[in-house]
Amino acid sequence: MPIELKMPALSPTMEEGTLAKWLVKEGDVVRSGDLLAEIETDKATMEFEAVDEGTIGEILVAEGSEGVKVGTAIATIIGEDEDAAAPAKAAAPAESKAAPAPQQADAPKAETPTQEAPKQEAPKQEALAKADTAPAPSEGDRIKASPLARRLAQQQGVDLASLSGSGPNGRVVKADLADAKPGAKAPEPAPAKPADAAPVAKTPASDAKAAPASPPPTATSDIPHEASKLSNMRKVIARRLTESKQQVPHIYLTVDIRLDALLKLRGELNTALEARGVKLSVNDMLIKALALSLLEVPSCNVQFAGDQLLTFSRADISVAVSIPGGLITPVVADAGNKGLAGIATEIKDLAARAKAGKLQPHEYQGGTASLSNMGMFGIKQFEAVINPPQAMIMAIGAGEQRPYVIDGKLDVATVMSATGSFDHRAIDGADGAQLMAAFKRLVENPLGLVA
Amino acid sequence: MADTYDLIVLGSGPGGYVAAIRGAQLGMKVAIVERERLGGICLNWGCIPTKALLRSSEIYHYMQNAEAYGLSADNVSFDLAKVVERSRKVSGQLNAGVKGLMKKNKITVVEGFGAITGKGKLSVKQGDKTTELEAKNIIIATGARARDLPFAKADGERIRTYRHAMVPPAMPTKLLVIGSGAIGVEFASFYNDMGAEVTIVEMVDRIMPVEDAEVSDFMLKALTKQGITIQTGAGVEKLETGANGVTATIKGKDGKSTTGEYSHVIVAIGIISNIENIGLETVGVKSERGAILIDAYGRTNVPGIWAIGDVAGAPWLAHKASHEGVTAVEAIAQENGNKDVHPHPMDKGNIPGCTYARPQVASVGMTEARAKEAGHALKVGKFPFIGNGKAIALGEAEGFIKTIFDAKTGELLGAHMVGAEVTELIQGYVVARQLETTETELMQTVFAHPTLSEMMHESVLAAYGRAIHY
Repeated sequence: MPIELKMPALSPTMEEGTLAKWLVKEGDVVRSGDLLAEIETDKATMEFEAVDEGTIGEILVAEGSEGVKVGTAIATIIGEDEDAAAPAKAAAPAESKAAPAPQQADAPKAETPTQEAPKQEAPKQEALAKADTAPAPSEGDRIKASPLARRLAQQQGVDLASLSGSGPNGRVVKADLADAKPGAKAPEPAPAKPADAAPVAKTPASDAKAAPASPPPTATSDIPHEASKLSNMRKVIARRLTESKQQVPHIYLTVDIRLDALLKLRGELNTALEARGVKLSVNDMLIKALALSLLEVPSCNVQFAGDQLLTFSRADISVAVSIPGGLITPVVADAGNKGLAGIATEIKDLAARAKAGKLQPHEYQGGTASLSNMGMFGIKQFEAVINPPQAMIMAIGAGEQRPYVIDGKLDVATVMSATGSFDHRAIDGADGAQLMAAFKRLVENPLGLVA
Repeated sequence: MADTYDLIVLGSGPGGYVAAIRGAQLGMKVAIVERERLGGICLNWGCIPTKALLRSSEIYHYMQNAEAYGLSADNVSFDLAKVVERSRKVSGQLNAGVKGLMKKNKITVVEGFGAITGKGKLSVKQGDKTTELEAKNIIIATGARARDLPFAKADGERIRTYRHAMVPPAMPTKLLVIGSGAIGVEFASFYNDMGAEVTIVEMVDRIMPVEDAEVSDFMLKALTKQGITIQTGAGVEKLETGANGVTATIKGKDGKSTTGEYSHVIVAIGIISNIENIGLETVGVKSERGAILIDAYGRTNVPGIWAIGDVAGAPWLAHKASHEGVTAVEAIAQENGNKDVHPHPMDKGNIPGCTYARPQVASVGMTEARAKEAGHALKVGKFPFIGNGKAIALGEAEGFIKTIFDAKTGELLGAHMVGAEVTELIQGYVVARQLETTETELMQTVFAHPTLSEMMHESVLAAYGRAIHY
């Protein structure tokens, strides 16, 4: 029996991807580990390796196809010992229904995307179900929605994830879609349904639905413009930042930090490291300073997880790196226990690969807090949006000479402003302030960074 | 000094007593006021005792038709007093049950006629005794009563309402039932099975007008076949009570009036809400067309005063009242700061309706006509009892199950059933509607064999041209 190759979930959040390029063609013999295709996900282009051996039977999804849902059959592989003339169209419902038994044995536990290497799955009876309903494949973050709501969303082209469900436990129900219809008028102020003769249309607070996510404004502007399709990355950025600003109550804490000592130390270290070909940036030192601060104030190295609070014992710093068409946040794992030179080397490599779109998911996912530096653009101070599920992000402004009071006397010093954004559900203002104080102390007394 | 509570419920029918229990569960100090018997009409004079009567007539029917099952029963007869006594005993048992529930939930039962006297104040009169009660929230659950004909008030002797018809001192020989809603049809079915000669008069052009037209047609044929005379599009103009019965003047479909002699008349032309003398005017609670106006959670226009069940309008069903009671109490708890309750307004399209005649009728959601009016493109499935093995084994091969889907979205818009035991089957579709399943989930559901429920599956399949056994 031919084995169906399915669109792999190359990251836990991946819902769909672009089949950028086929690296094999029909009839090619592949061995485990051979590269089959390049798949572009929301954040990177990744290579899809073969797990099974055999001959490529039929390519079902053409190269360049966008929005291929995870779990969709993209090709078939015919086993080595099988007749290559075996029916190639494995996806025909009648067949998978007729002979489901032999495949059960080698069907791996399907559907749950993992961070591991992509799995190929034996075809399951799913094919039959698909013919009927084309259900959204189950994803890492399951969206609770009634079957009717799912179908309506599909028919109306509404993204279920963009809705807030009014059913039990946030389940998206039909009524939520009525509100979300693209181009629908603003909802009437009174929530009463026509069927209820309601003299007073008060709604208990907790039942009041969150205002439906406003439909994207349709581009009907008369001003000459060019419309470009959103990249997967842009879609993810849009969704996650909206989620963050809507769901995470941000609190912002700003401190001014003298950089003179850090700049001096950096100069000395760079002289010493020159022989090794390593050059430290201010940012590398700030990464380390943030990691050490988080370890010192663990109440800020946390994640708000529904009815739980996770407190991490390691500080993994996500560093915002601007790349063509968007932004990505490679992670320096355990930055608190890494040397400055190590961090510098790692960041250089990560940033270079990020710009080339070659990061592996584990290199940009996770992280316990983020650092975003816009000093190089001359930004004096800004407030960054928390990168969920993280609970804090440090926004770094430009180091500049400013009039500064030192020991009661006005003087000139190199100063930068740093603003921490904290998830106020998880972090109290006083804890945030402690973290900012620790960060300031470490930057102003930078020997702590090399100790 | 008035006794102070968190919640007072006025009326202890299926709306009121359920609201009181839910209040107690949520930690409220609750008082319930009842002028007559705990449990209200439903379990004393309505749903429950009629089901007991109908069970007797059903068994009587089977005994008379024992031969069909290879059995023999000679000299089959009944003792009306004992049939009624059984029905009363069933009610008595449930009434005691509600008493027990009140006690278990530490709810204070105040007997007497209650009326609101001011904001948060209610006074209960029982004979010469007056009890003053106070609570931040009061729920009105006073229910409804039978509507009288404008020209002939029910006297309980010859002209009866459901209440009298429940405890007949003697069998009617020739019975006229005015109105063919659930109550009228149930009594017609009962008395017909017990041997009376029954006539039903309905003003609208079909019986059971709230049901799907195909159900009405089926019931018309089934009841006619059982010997019931049915006049639709006809109205009773005059009732004259004489020594031996009632002379009724009925204006038929053709516009001609005829008179007929009947031993008894049952008036089942609807109900009216009990909104009088309970102090609504003193606090300014608004009502419209006889029903108290409420929002989706049971709030009236007066803060702190809520209304549920029949007194707050259609549909006049016990389960609707109970559900509204729970919603209102949870909304009260939420106003009081309880964050663990999530009151949800009821979707009236998801309230099932059941009629316990022989055959039974049950439905939920829209009729086919209504769904068309609402602009839906439809897929309609209909599966007959004759195609179901269990129905044939039971000797109950009459009836059908009809399902109506939106052709585009697969939403189950409505389900309509007529036949044996369908009042127990309907719940499957109610759950389906509440969970917003589409035809796909229903088709993928496994139904046990052999059951009548299999017809529910087949009906869905039939809507998409896939029924197996028909």
